[in-house]
Amino acid sequence: MTLDLLRFTTAGSVDDGKSTLIGRLLYDAKQVFEDQLEHVQEASERRGGEGAFDLALLTDGLRAEREQGITIDVAYRYFATAKRRFIIADCPGHQQYTRNMVTGASTADVAVILLDARRGVLEQSKRHAFISALLGIPHMLVAVNKMDLVDHSRERFEELVEEFGGFAERLAHGDRATDVSFIPMSALNGDNVVDRSSRMEWYEGPVLLDYLEQVDVAYDHPDERPARFPVQWVVRPAASGEDYRGYAGQLASGALRRGDEVAVLPDGGRTRIAAIDTYEGELDEATAPMSFTLRLEDDLDISRGALICHPDEAPEVARELLADVCWMTDAPLRPGGRYVLKHTSHHVTAAVQAIDDVVDVHTLQRSGPDDAPSELALNDIGRVRLRTSAPLVFDSYASNRRTGSFILIDEASNGTVGAGMIAAPVAAAA
Amino acid sequence: MSVAARPQLSHLRALESEAIHVMREVAAEFERPVLLFSGGKDSIVLLRLAEKAFRPAPFPFPLMHVDTGHNFPEVIEFRDRRVTELGERLVVASVQESIDNGRVVEETGPRASRNRLQTVTLLDAIAEHGFDAAFGGARRDEERARAKERVFSFRDDFGQWDPKNQRPELWNLYNGRINNGEHVRVFPLSNWTELDVWEYIDQEQLEVPSIYFSHEREVFKRDGMLYAMSPFAELIDGEEVTTETVRYRTVGDMSCTGGVVSQAQTLDEVVLEIAATRITERGETRADDRVSEAAMEDRKKAGYF
Repeated sequence: MTLDLLRFTTAGSVDDGKSTLIGRLLYDAKQVFEDQLEHVQEASERRGGEGAFDLALLTDGLRAEREQGITIDVAYRYFATAKRRFIIADCPGHQQYTRNMVTGASTADVAVILLDARRGVLEQSKRHAFISALLGIPHMLVAVNKMDLVDHSRERFEELVEEFGGFAERLAHGDRATDVSFIPMSALNGDNVVDRSSRMEWYEGPVLLDYLEQVDVAYDHPDERPARFPVQWVVRPAASGEDYRGYAGQLASGALRRGDEVAVLPDGGRTRIAAIDTYEGELDEATAPMSFTLRLEDDLDISRGALICHPDEAPEVARELLADVCWMTDAPLRPGGRYVLKHTSHHVTAAVQAIDDVVDVHTLQRSGPDDAPSELALNDIGRVRLRTSAPLVFDSYASNRRTGSFILIDEASNGTVGAGMIAAPVAAAA
Repeated sequence: MSVAARPQLSHLRALESEAIHVMREVAAEFERPVLLFSGGKDSIVLLRLAEKAFRPAPFPFPLMHVDTGHNFPEVIEFRDRRVTELGERLVVASVQESIDNGRVVEETGPRASRNRLQTVTLLDAIAEHGFDAAFGGARRDEERARAKERVFSFRDDFGQWDPKNQRPELWNLYNGRINNGEHVRVFPLSNWTELDVWEYIDQEQLEVPSIYFSHEREVFKRDGMLYAMSPFAELIDGEEVTTETVRYRTVGDMSCTGGVVSQAQTLDEVVLEIAATRITERGETRADDRVSEAAMEDRKKAGYF
């Protein structure tokens, strides 16, 4: 089998019909097992009386969620068709909305954004689209749901396409435009989810499952992006007496070939790739996102956290940087705060020097230069200046999600308190 | 929708690479990791991934089996053989010893199981050896509570999982920071499905214990499942022992793991059977999950695998 893997994210509250949509997708794609269906049947009848059947209950995981009819945390679901394997990051819409959305979006190739055809483009859908774009998701699929409640009206659909399309155009981050598509559907009735609707013959585009099976996967097309290999682990069999020294890691982007000249950052040493080792044997070429072990021609001092790349395509090396930070804990982020920062395969200490702006979650506008916030509160997203205890080797998040992202960890609680997307080194931005 | 310049990495290779990355992160960030090896299919895959992550060096951690004393003998035989082949170190934590030392009390009656007792033995062994990270083969597709669990799943100093207060997990940046006495459970196969596991076993031509293939066995039927007749089984009035052609989808205790009627005798046949199945593996074969709607969630909170 040579299926590939597509990760997509959904977000929204119970009212949007998000759980019903996922339930419908799994059910119509015949990805629900009999014992799971029995569970849903029993739970539906316990809540809604005999004969009730609520597809949304397929996706509730924890006891508190079933009791309270809410979703607490990002849940991951899996299904496969003859064409692809899918991983859904299913994000709740009630509590911790931004935090969960950002988490689900961080690894997604596609964001499925729900609109209720009656209610139109609401704040929550806009916020979802904003976060999806900020997190660098290359494709947005707008599911215009509950078309049955607007008489399957083509005019209403086109109105929403125009309204949301205008909004989405303003979301481009960096040099990457987001690809936006729209599908009219009714998850409740199964129209245009897996099966084509006979009630909306005016719609000629793909149904949801077709779209998901065909959309381009965001694995870097290796020739289009510079190679980035963060060293995770040095393989040195001490006891065997062999003179083996390998640098193990997962290629974050691009491609590396045996014989390539490479630079090792942040120190800047140069050497060539002597071999690309895997358990199966040596490779001539490796592409992202493969994991492998490099042997180098020269004996350089290389440890975890170093980054190997081609010398003419080097990333930034800096100790002061600007980043968008999504704050994920109750105690606010303030200038002067210190955190552990994990980036690629190493940790440094980071001090917050200033907060330049914060995004208004209602208007999605950044605060102006004269209106810099004094702190970032839980679920805020803002532009922060950081100084680190050691140089970071990075790209902007807009050009590389792997080498442009970091997390902030509280030194006392060890909790993950912030998610960061690097915009630029401070010097370059000034 | 443009066409990729090169063939995509297959989904199995992508999942494999992600899992190898997770294992190396653990090796680099923790002082004393351990890999939980039950002899079951998921932990067999973990061993192959560890070979891919760390060879030609030895694994930077030992293996550990929580032995309930009620295992299938075929699995124990396989476990010991595989460990010898790999040349790695195995720690056996024994539920029988926990019973003998008075740490736990054996359940009684025909429905007795050592399933719950394992949690105490596991947590005691983690404390005794000072393990700060334990690799497990659990997957998110197995069960509803597991669908919400992180790849790095934090456990407090009582070994408890708090599902409502988990660390956000973004990109491939795992937070491995803990205090003394705490540990993390790490699940490199989080994003794999049962079918992925079998396709991978087939792709890698990994040996699995013989009970995963169709064989004749003396069984008795209870609650719609076929349980193995064994020295630990106690029949309830009306239950009869018959001989059936079965295989196992999961490897747990003889006392709580049901067999499925199957003719699948090769890896190819098992893959075909799993691809066509309409019932989840835990729903079909595990009595321990049938206790209540949230049986797995409750056991996980207490420190279960």
